Amino acid sequence: MPAFISRLFIVFVALSALAACSPGESNVAQGNRDGILHFGNGSEPQGLDPHVVTGVPESKLIDALYEGLTRKNPWTLEPEPGAAARWEFSEDRRVITFYLQPEGRWSNGDPVTADDFVWSWRRALDPAMGNQYAYMLYPVANAEAYATGQITDPEALGVRALDDLTLEVTLTEPTPYFLQLMDHYSSFAVPRATIEKYGKATDRFTQWTRVGNIVTNGPFQLKEWKLNRRIVVEKNPHYWDADTVKLNGVVFYPTENIVSEERMFRVNQLHYTADVPLDKIPGYRAQVDSPFVEAPYLGTYFYLLNTKRAPMDDVRVRLALSMAIDREALTESVLYGSNDPAWSITPPGTLGYQPPQLFSYDPGKARQLLTEAGFPNGEGWPTVELMYNTSESHRKVAVAVQQMWKDVLNITVTLSNQEWKVYLDSVSQMDFQIARRGWIGDYVDPNNFLDMYITDGGNNNTGFSDPVYDELILREAPQALTREERFAIFREAETRLMTQMPILPVYTYASKHLVHPSVHGLPPNLMDFINLKYVTLEAEPLPGNGVQ
Amino acid sequence: MWRFVGWRLLQAIPVILAVITVTFFLVRAAPGGPFDSEKAVIPEVKAALEAQYRLDLPLAQQYLAYLADLAQGELGPSFKYPGRSVNELIAAGLPATAELGAYALLVAIFFGGMAGVIASLKPNTAQDYIPMSLAMIGICMPTFLLGPLLVLLFGIHLEWLPVAGWGDMPGDKILPSITLGAAYAAYIARLSRAGMLEIMSQDYIRTARAKGLPEWQVVTRHALRGGLIPVVAFLGPAFAGLLAGSFVVETIFQIPGLGRFYVQAAFNRDYTMILGTTVFLSTLIVLFNLLSDVLAAWLNPRLRAQFGEA
Repeated sequence: MPAFISRLFIVFVALSALAACSPGESNVAQGNRDGILHFGNGSEPQGLDPHVVTGVPESKLIDALYEGLTRKNPWTLEPEPGAAARWEFSEDRRVITFYLQPEGRWSNGDPVTADDFVWSWRRALDPAMGNQYAYMLYPVANAEAYATGQITDPEALGVRALDDLTLEVTLTEPTPYFLQLMDHYSSFAVPRATIEKYGKATDRFTQWTRVGNIVTNGPFQLKEWKLNRRIVVEKNPHYWDADTVKLNGVVFYPTENIVSEERMFRVNQLHYTADVPLDKIPGYRAQVDSPFVEAPYLGTYFYLLNTKRAPMDDVRVRLALSMAIDREALTESVLYGSNDPAWSITPPGTLGYQPPQLFSYDPGKARQLLTEAGFPNGEGWPTVELMYNTSESHRKVAVAVQQMWKDVLNITVTLSNQEWKVYLDSVSQMDFQIARRGWIGDYVDPNNFLDMYITDGGNNNTGFSDPVYDELILREAPQALTREERFAIFREAETRLMTQMPILPVYTYASKHLVHPSVHGLPPNLMDFINLKYVTLEAEPLPGNGVQ
Repeated sequence: MWRFVGWRLLQAIPVILAVITVTFFLVRAAPGGPFDSEKAVIPEVKAALEAQYRLDLPLAQQYLAYLADLAQGELGPSFKYPGRSVNELIAAGLPATAELGAYALLVAIFFGGMAGVIASLKPNTAQDYIPMSLAMIGICMPTFLLGPLLVLLFGIHLEWLPVAGWGDMPGDKILPSITLGAAYAAYIARLSRAGMLEIMSQDYIRTARAKGLPEWQVVTRHALRGGLIPVVAFLGPAFAGLLAGSFVVETIFQIPGLGRFYVQAAFNRDYTMILGTTVFLSTLIVLFNLLSDVLAAWLNPRLRAQFGEA
């Protein structure tokens, strides 16, 4: 062996030996001992102002730091007391009186008052704030008019403080899901004194959410924020229910790359991952005591059909395309069985609502419909393009669907991908023939999916318009007195929608995580909702592949 | 020499101004905007957001306002991260990226330089072919392959090194530095081999040998200085390239650096962040090119003579 190779080798071994003595105790082992959860959170949050941010990683942090009037129970998803200890509905269910926690405190020790909520909701709805989730408060009387600048008097809003601990909210219509909205961060109280200390109430560019400045009312408070590196929260001693909080802190990692995230989990750098790479799922499923946790997620993956352009302007073509997709085969082979086929826009089981299933995989019927529409055995089929935003998983689904259409209907559909923002632009301009789309619910109610398809709705994007449908969603459903009556109206509306098929439902989303066996109190649920105050760590001996 | 430096700096101004102008109008021409999201934004909210970021003004006026801010060193507020200025985000990302780049460059110089020099001493033998083949593999192997391979071996199977992070755990800087440095090491190996081969055939090397110097002294005392000039010329652009090009490595190892901001800004249509990082990096590239020219001149008497400062 030439001398230089042996020298290189020596250097390399020396470097490696130097490295080998380094990693000590893993994050997980250390965290289990100290009560610190190491949490993969997907990406760096945009910020920590509840009236500014919009994403899922942000919501995980904000749920740890703040608390709304109510909070979902992670096991049942029913509202339970948060900043409000209890609440009462008026006879006509249009007025709700919230009684705040007598012991409710901000992390600086100041009491949480009804005025805090009044001020915060005015801020959340102020047009100058540019809050993209302002519409979550629209059920409140005059909220929409105020948020869109039609009225300017904040006193007109249906929210007022009766005394320090009593908040009265007036709604335009009885809104059965309103308590759920109280758990959405756009309805959270923010610390007025702190915000005003650092700038104008509606200024997006101030420093009030920084470490040392920020004041919150949730189970945890902000301790450290290193951009793109980690955010550390610690237990808030002033929290009214601090006795329930078992964790001493949580470290949130911006784990943008899910492949790296999975590796971090494997070497016990993380207790919990925000996602799991698709191709790793079979391996994890096969494990005994698998850390892999999956659950249906309140979201639907579907294709938009542009009903204003031939040939998708013909309902028979739309139905044929839908019936020619073998969803069972698709979810089984392309998605490793981690998602359920979808037959309608609303995910099944949203607090008792079951969407109608009006069709199934039916190649014969599909061919017949296409023949009736003037394309017997695909003859005369024009150029049609299926567009999706650039992503390997969307491509896989699109390729499978393209092949199914070829096999069943003998038609050719070309695929094209667009970068995310370009894709969003094309979708909102309706500059497509068929486009991939996904919708994740903000709250567990069919309305959250069905009100997209009202005529000219901002998220309709298909050209679908049906006056009867609009009437059902906009007028009849809000006035229904019972849940059964309301769900019946939704079923009727959804049946009309799926008979016209402006969208092709493909599958229901699923949440997928890796959770270390020492973590308890993170039940899988439809909203992928986490309440960190119930999470405990039991420092059992670490299994298998870990560094102790 | 100083006149040369001053002249080059002056030349840089129109270059950077052109970069700003082209970038400014290109990103605006791209479809989609910073506030587009999957859920339609209501018009009133969009108008309020655009007003907060001056997007309601005519484009030409926005451009002038941006230049005026820039003249004061202000890169503007980020669209993606409200409450943070682009200056702050660059300041937050730069240390990790610069440190990673510096380590990667050290790895590249050490391994690349050594391999190149060793190969040049016995050209067209195994001592030449083996390191040069390795270098060829290094050039061809993309970081997104090398990184995960190193992680699998040293992070997961051997459990010697952390698989991700930066400065959080001992040893977590080793794999990213090697991953990023590898391709550059390969370039440096080839450059230094070529440089050394040229020098080793010069008359003054023959003179050195003739006066009886041992071969290692011939190499270290006489040959290296001339032979490494091409490498030095490469270092400036290489370091700037390392800063601008560390995105993949930063993503693989979850490093809180500038590269992630730079690339994601484009996807997010974060106009100020795209401009800010582009201006910053193009300025760096200009400066490092200048620096390596100056270094090369300092090492090379022939060039120094050209500047009238022998």
